[in-house]
Amino acid sequence: MKLPTRRFDALIVGAGGAGMRASLQLAQAGLSVAVLSKVFPTRSHTVAAQGGIGASLGNMSEDSWLWHMYDTIKGSDWLGDQDAIEYMCKMAPQVVFELEHFGMPFDRNPDGTIYQRPFGGHSMNFGEKSVRRACASADRTGHSMLHTLYQQNVRVDTQFFVEWMALDLIRDADGDVLGVTALEMETGEVMALEAKVTVLATGGAGRIFAASTNAFINTGDGLGMAARAGVPLEDMEFWQFHPTGVAGAGVLITEGVRGEGGILLNDKGERFMERYAPNLKDLASRDVVSRSMDQEIKEGRGCGPHKDYVLLKMDHLGPEVILKRLPAIREIAIKFANVDPIKEPIPVVPTIHYMMGGIPTNIHGQVVVPKDGDSNRVVEGLYAVGECACVSVHGANRLGTNSLLDLLVFGRAAGNHIVSSNVRARTHKGLKADAGEPSLARLARLDAASSGESVAEVGNELRRTMQSHCGVFRNQQLLAEGVQKVMEIAERAARTAIADRSRTFNTARVEALELDNLIEVAKATIVSAEARRESRGAQARSDYPDRDDANWLKHTLWHRDGNRLDYKAVNMKPLSVEAFPPKARTY
Amino acid sequence: MKFRIYRYDPDHDEKPRLQEYDIALDPHDRMLLDALIRLKSVDDTLSFRRSCREGVCGSDAMNINGKNGLACVTNLKTLKEPVELRPLPGLPVIRDLIVDMSQFFKQYHSIKPYLVNDTPPPERERLQSPADREALDGLYECILCACCSTACPSFWWNPDKFVGPAGLLQAYRFMADSRDRDLNQRLDNVEDPYRLFRCHSIMNCVDVCPKGLNPTLAIERIKDLLVKRTV
Repeated sequence: MKLPTRRFDALIVGAGGAGMRASLQLAQAGLSVAVLSKVFPTRSHTVAAQGGIGASLGNMSEDSWLWHMYDTIKGSDWLGDQDAIEYMCKMAPQVVFELEHFGMPFDRNPDGTIYQRPFGGHSMNFGEKSVRRACASADRTGHSMLHTLYQQNVRVDTQFFVEWMALDLIRDADGDVLGVTALEMETGEVMALEAKVTVLATGGAGRIFAASTNAFINTGDGLGMAARAGVPLEDMEFWQFHPTGVAGAGVLITEGVRGEGGILLNDKGERFMERYAPNLKDLASRDVVSRSMDQEIKEGRGCGPHKDYVLLKMDHLGPEVILKRLPAIREIAIKFANVDPIKEPIPVVPTIHYMMGGIPTNIHGQVVVPKDGDSNRVVEGLYAVGECACVSVHGANRLGTNSLLDLLVFGRAAGNHIVSSNVRARTHKGLKADAGEPSLARLARLDAASSGESVAEVGNELRRTMQSHCGVFRNQQLLAEGVQKVMEIAERAARTAIADRSRTFNTARVEALELDNLIEVAKATIVSAEARRESRGAQARSDYPDRDDANWLKHTLWHRDGNRLDYKAVNMKPLSVEAFPPKARTY
Repeated sequence: MKFRIYRYDPDHDEKPRLQEYDIALDPHDRMLLDALIRLKSVDDTLSFRRSCREGVCGSDAMNINGKNGLACVTNLKTLKEPVELRPLPGLPVIRDLIVDMSQFFKQYHSIKPYLVNDTPPPERERLQSPADREALDGLYECILCACCSTACPSFWWNPDKFVGPAGLLQAYRFMADSRDRDLNQRLDNVEDPYRLFRCHSIMNCVDVCPKGLNPTLAIERIKDLLVKRTV
């Protein structure tokens, strides 16, 4: 069946920070752009970012982009690509100033400049001491940024397809990407959206884990689409545990709390980070702090009746700082932890937060795959930006504030690259009549299934399995069992059934389609983690406790076809400065 | 826990109905959204929007025991049983608790919700004093959930003509921004018996805002600016 088709120069899947920064660039250049989103743009998960955007403005302490670059490479445990990291850190001040010109309500210093706070892993002079680099809008930086970007897109009249879910990439025999199939949620219609360029900006996939700071919509749709279309996923074993999720609820408490002077305490009231990271202490990078917290809990120094969390103390900051700089954190603590942080500490545990891996790209956002001996061959017509992409600036562990920065820098870069590639003059290649078949087959299976397991059941089983087999500390036995279980769950996911038969806003159908994507992300994650026999950044293996640069200083590529892995070199050549060779990582 | 939930599927129902549910909750189910997700795991036809589950994305606004609010930050302990859930009032229902928000966003878009400043920007940030920045507090935090506008009788009667509390709060957010250069046009844009002056200060908007914002106050400030402009 030939699907109804609409044509655009460029198509962006996802209306979070990265997608809307890219669309702004394209719409300003006068291209016909469509932005697809499962939710109204300001509901995208960028809205939940709290602490700040990293940029070496030097407004409150001396800073340089080179220090930012070094911190990011060290934070990545040397798995980040140094060309991309240099580009991002050098561009950072410019994209922040642009955002300010767009109307972003940054907090201000007495001299009128943008307020900046310290953040984990960010330092002055190559690790010497903490630096003020995180450009903040109270503790609602993501909200302010997402709304500002949406506002600018309203100004340039970007065309949004709101509550449309992208289903599959359309690739032709040459391997070129020609657009996507998509489901309009309100009507249940399936359509082909044809474009000369498709940009995936679908964000993260934290919902493969049971306890996550991520929104329900973070189901890795772009990654599932890429994997099904034969694009490998890079470095998927690296998932960041944010040190401070509210115990039991998973809701994020920004690192900005520690940036403003908050500290972590164990059951003895001891500031235990002094032992693990004597220099930066509570502001060491996230993998280090999360592991330290887990260690404290494992050794019986956790708090509460089950000794299963630690405390984040901030009452000593005083009500004025809390109400001015951290008002939303106070709101969350009161609502989700029953404590007023002006008086009492917040119970926190390390919680899944961010996916360092993703769809492999170069610094223009073009998707690259291994082909004919070239490990970075461009896939024509396909870009990926933001959390769903792996460019790779975060390597094995992302620094706080570098995610919002990544969205701005690479959303903009992809937009500029598309504009400069003279998209307008090119013609559409045209879709074959059967281009929509894979998507229609997925939908037909769901429509035909009269009995089967529920999507919620299979999804919950996947989340529980990932949580217990692919957590903060990993080992061979746990991972090998986990791989087995995830593969079995994947089989079950192909036999689910839904009771909802309506065409209109069928959320059960959407959740079933999302489960297909979660499965791909979970497989990629646990298979990659099982194979990597070393500890680096967020991948901590108790059976291989050390980093092994001789064997593992390389990016993982997981291929869905055959559940197969291969590897590619880390780019250790910056664009203009000397490389930073690997060394021991202490904070 | 007992619930009565508004159900309507245009594909199968001739008219809306209230469906009763009684479900055993888990001790970890804290917020109304947790209960809704548990209900959906039993009855997957129950339809509602949700995303961040922490009160920042604005997806899960609904009418809860007669008052608009966000399901994800409404503690179950505060609710009288049976908990009656209805879609936001005054907007067309698409299905169950999902409403068509086009009219709401159309009004938001009508106030030019973006900074206007045509002077060439400096190389660095435009400077803004902390006091000028503070003027935006209580305005920029809006999450566009529509709890306020759909609690406002003036918006119910004239959704096509009255901007509504959410839109007017944002209109004032840009009037109040020291970096904006469009105050006169912004005032012209709302100086109208319907667009602005349908607000009769009954303050339903303030009562329901899940973020504790005060659209009525913002509307008063706009009126003050209009008065100031004429003298």
